[in-house]
Amino acid sequence: MSDLKFSKDHEWVAMEGDVATIGITDHAQQALGDVVFVELPELGRMVKAGEACAVVESVKAASDVYAPISGRVVEVNSALGDNPGTINSDPAGEGWFFKLEATAPAELAELMDDSAYHRFVEENA
Amino acid sequence: MNQPRGHGPLETLRALEERDEFVRRHIGPGEAEIAEMLQVVGAESLAALAERTVPAAIRGVAPEGRGGMSLDMLPPPVAEAAALAELSGLAAQNRADIKSLIGMGYHGTHTPPVILRNVLENPGWYTAYTPYQAEIAQGRLEALVNFQTMVVDLTGMVVANASLLDEATAAAEAVTLAHSAHKGKSDTLLVAADLHPQTLAVVRVRAEPVGIAVVVAAPADIIAQATALKPFAVLLQYPGTTGEVRDLTAEIGAAQAAGALSIVAADPLALVLLRSPGEMGADVVVGSTQRFGVPLGYGGPHAGYMAVKDALKRLLPGRLVGVSVDAAGAPAMRLSLQTREQHIRREKATSNICTAQVLLAVMAGMYAVWHGPEGLKRIAGRVQLQAQLLAGAAQKAGLALRHGAFFDTIAIEAGPRADALVAAALTRGFNLRRDGSLVSIALDETVTRDELTALAEVLGAPLAETAGGLPAALARSSAFCTAEVFNTHHSEHAMLRYLKRLEDKDVALNRSMIPLGSCTMKLNATAEMIPVTLAGFANIHPFAPIDQAQGYLTLIRRLEGWLAGITGFAAVSLQPNAGSQGEYAGLLAIRAYHLARGDAQRDVCLIPSSAHGTNPASAAMAGMKVVVVGCDRDGNVDLADLRAKVAQYADKLSALMITYPSTHGVFEEAIREICAAVHDAGGQVYMDGANMNAQVGLTSPGSIGADVCHLNLHKTFCIPHGGGGPGVGPIGVAAHLAPHLPNHPLCAEAGPATGYGPVSAAPFGSAAILPISYAYIRMMGAEGLTRATQVAILNANYMAKRLTGHFPVLYKGARGMVAHECILDCRGFQQGGGVMVEDIAKRLQDYGFHAPTMSWPVTGTLMVEPTESEPKAELDRFIDAMIAIRAEIRAVEQGVADKADNPLKNAPHTAAECLAGEWTHPYSREQAAFPLPFVKAAKYWPPVKRVDNVYGDRNLICTCAPLEAYAQQQLAAE
Repeated sequence: MSDLKFSKDHEWVAMEGDVATIGITDHAQQALGDVVFVELPELGRMVKAGEACAVVESVKAASDVYAPISGRVVEVNSALGDNPGTINSDPAGEGWFFKLEATAPAELAELMDDSAYHRFVEENA
Repeated sequence: MNQPRGHGPLETLRALEERDEFVRRHIGPGEAEIAEMLQVVGAESLAALAERTVPAAIRGVAPEGRGGMSLDMLPPPVAEAAALAELSGLAAQNRADIKSLIGMGYHGTHTPPVILRNVLENPGWYTAYTPYQAEIAQGRLEALVNFQTMVVDLTGMVVANASLLDEATAAAEAVTLAHSAHKGKSDTLLVAADLHPQTLAVVRVRAEPVGIAVVVAAPADIIAQATALKPFAVLLQYPGTTGEVRDLTAEIGAAQAAGALSIVAADPLALVLLRSPGEMGADVVVGSTQRFGVPLGYGGPHAGYMAVKDALKRLLPGRLVGVSVDAAGAPAMRLSLQTREQHIRREKATSNICTAQVLLAVMAGMYAVWHGPEGLKRIAGRVQLQAQLLAGAAQKAGLALRHGAFFDTIAIEAGPRADALVAAALTRGFNLRRDGSLVSIALDETVTRDELTALAEVLGAPLAETAGGLPAALARSSAFCTAEVFNTHHSEHAMLRYLKRLEDKDVALNRSMIPLGSCTMKLNATAEMIPVTLAGFANIHPFAPIDQAQGYLTLIRRLEGWLAGITGFAAVSLQPNAGSQGEYAGLLAIRAYHLARGDAQRDVCLIPSSAHGTNPASAAMAGMKVVVVGCDRDGNVDLADLRAKVAQYADKLSALMITYPSTHGVFEEAIREICAAVHDAGGQVYMDGANMNAQVGLTSPGSIGADVCHLNLHKTFCIPHGGGGPGVGPIGVAAHLAPHLPNHPLCAEAGPATGYGPVSAAPFGSAAILPISYAYIRMMGAEGLTRATQVAILNANYMAKRLTGHFPVLYKGARGMVAHECILDCRGFQQGGGVMVEDIAKRLQDYGFHAPTMSWPVTGTLMVEPTESEPKAELDRFIDAMIAIRAEIRAVEQGVADKADNPLKNAPHTAAECLAGEWTHPYSREQAAFPLPFVKAAKYWPPVKRVDNVYGDRNLICTCAPLEAYAQQQLAAE
């Protein structure tokens, strides 16, 4: 998964063709603690980079999840509804949130790579 | 007669009268203890300690040249008996002998005596705090689940919260909930014209700053208007304000077809007999449970409610109690979904609601427990039949009724006879509602047969049958209150013991100190509480003619004046009925001031990062844009960042919100400079009064330079917390903001004619509990209040001093002192032994204490506020407990105790596990349950083990089946 890109809001993006899969990072799930609920975007919704489009709640925090890049929502991980704990156990895999058909793939360049993100997390600790 | 001079008998008599006796009752430590504690903290006197704590620049209460009052406003103190006599005299000036049949959401009710004495008048219920520490609040959490179940059943909805402030604010909350759920596709709210007028007024005030347009339509036009306007919500009343009962199914359907949510404000007693809004398809149902045994109290406090469909449950504002499990797998209750609170959402929150009306919700729920479904049907049926017979009398007398279908209210088209009817009713001892030529009469359970006959005589014909009344098509067919609890406790012994059983599960101030930082859990003296239930205060309708409420008006004007004197402000409004509502009301005053000066562009609100989450939420509700100001490591405002932000927003600056002393419990030295920087740019300073208990008599918001401040009468001025409400959050303002205080469309005395409207349903908010603060100030006097503040500071510093060396104390002031609270840093224990702050909080329960405020304002810390009312012996017990817990932590750190299986991680310990045959832990049962000798002397047994928060939020259950049923579900799931 070394080709993942990361946002400053602690989302990850994995591109496959022009479809981006988006979730929250391991660091984010640790900070949240046990996730109890997620609210996912509507299918077909157009979102801009930086727009809040999902919500993740743990027993100690409720946070917005932002679209790291712009696009149209083409799939959501509805399995999270019954098993929000998946976000804690496998944040970069089965715990993905939604998929976007990217409308401006160039925005990916704005995001951090793995090592840059780790530096970012350390600096902001 | 010669006046004796010097030490004559009258001076002696005066000394023996001890008019300030209450001061030494209210303040915990006596003279000798105070001397001892001063020595420990290293101060020569209380005054010297205050001087070292409060910065020199802000000492003194009288404001300079800003039109504010001073402490000279306060009368000298009187003793308890004299204060009670004075308040009885004021109560007698209210006309409780006249029965108000005005309705509008407020009805006469019989508080069952068993509930009156054992809940409303019982410190075991009224002195508890909000149930944040779930394990030691299982009693009132169960009572609140009863309330939620009752509301869910009656409304026909899926989830109900455990109370809102009143019906009007509940409706306003429902409107913003709907607006948020609708995600901004429409900004139009459609309201049926037969909504209670005070509800409409509160909704309008709430809607305007956030850009919601309110369109009012006649009931007959709702369907067409919903289709045409495509609003985000439609707000309906059931039954209507003048009593009409109509089927709302088509209106709800039309709303939903237009993409809107339907909100129904419903009378719960009517729902006993009527088809529920849920069965008609409503999305949100709100209302007031006042007539379920809660006194009128001139408008409050009462428990409002909100119930929603399943899809909206995560948007519910306020408190929601859910059933989870404890560490042993047993059912246990807790507050659910608390992350939705403004604490975390801050300026993105759609509501700033913190408190609920727990005490009143407990009463309303218990009213249903006491009467059961059959009792409620009898009460509702009787009230309905009374209305029907009176309607018959009206028709016989040649009076036309406006509505053929009604529940408890008949509306008479009286034409030119309106005046005469109202006057005739008054001579017989009744207030009727008058709106133009329409005269309406709302019946309630207190109306006797004789009174009904008298009313018929007023109308001019005997009681008679009539064709109208409750429409058969709308009769309720669904069952309600079927859970066991509503069908068990119908004898007084059963009820008495049920109430006692629940009470005993909880920790309240009648058991031990509750040192919650920022919450000021001080004494709620019995003498302060007694007036609340006097008939002259309890049985007055909020819209009774003002000449029948002269006792209240006198009390209100005096209290406003005293609070103005204490805060150094020019004017006070007592209307806001919670601290959060005070914030919102105060910011609206600032907004109105800027608008009146033509400064519509001033909409930026600066808020320090250390602020309580309610602040940004309130600012967002007042239509302001929140800009965060940085703080230094000590939680003080970063003056450079403040100046930069002030310069950046200059002519857009509306207000700064600041808590003083800071949320970190420190008197910031720079406060005057901070206020001046904001004023220089044309902004206003809003002071959060949560920490007012450190200011009274020593300094004041007005003298420091604030323009508006809210007070929490339920903190600083002795109104009990009620287990999570009621509260009163009045605002004080400097002279230039006085024209912009809230007012009320139904009561000219409630505020200035130039005011912006009401923030709460009743003209004076929760008027019935104002006598508590009145009595406190009356019995303390200026000197007593000042001394209370000094001792509050002494108690906090004594605790900080004695715990230093055991726990790091964060954030001291410039001269090494804390204010009225101190923060104990527990973050260091995680590394060595894996002990978390929560473990310490839960372990305190085994020692019989409620934990201090946990992880606020700094994660991993405990904030301790002992208040002036705790005697030294109680402080010492708490300190001993903390030191003993520190030793337990050290044992884990040093490897003497197991990291996972130790008294901290397993806390709290229940009687059931300590007395079980098998004991598997490496420490003794005695260490678990009786860690210090004083614990053994009066053991409090936590009724459940640690509650599982994750399980509760993942498996939301908010209504009661018998608890065993949850246990069975639990077993089945395994």
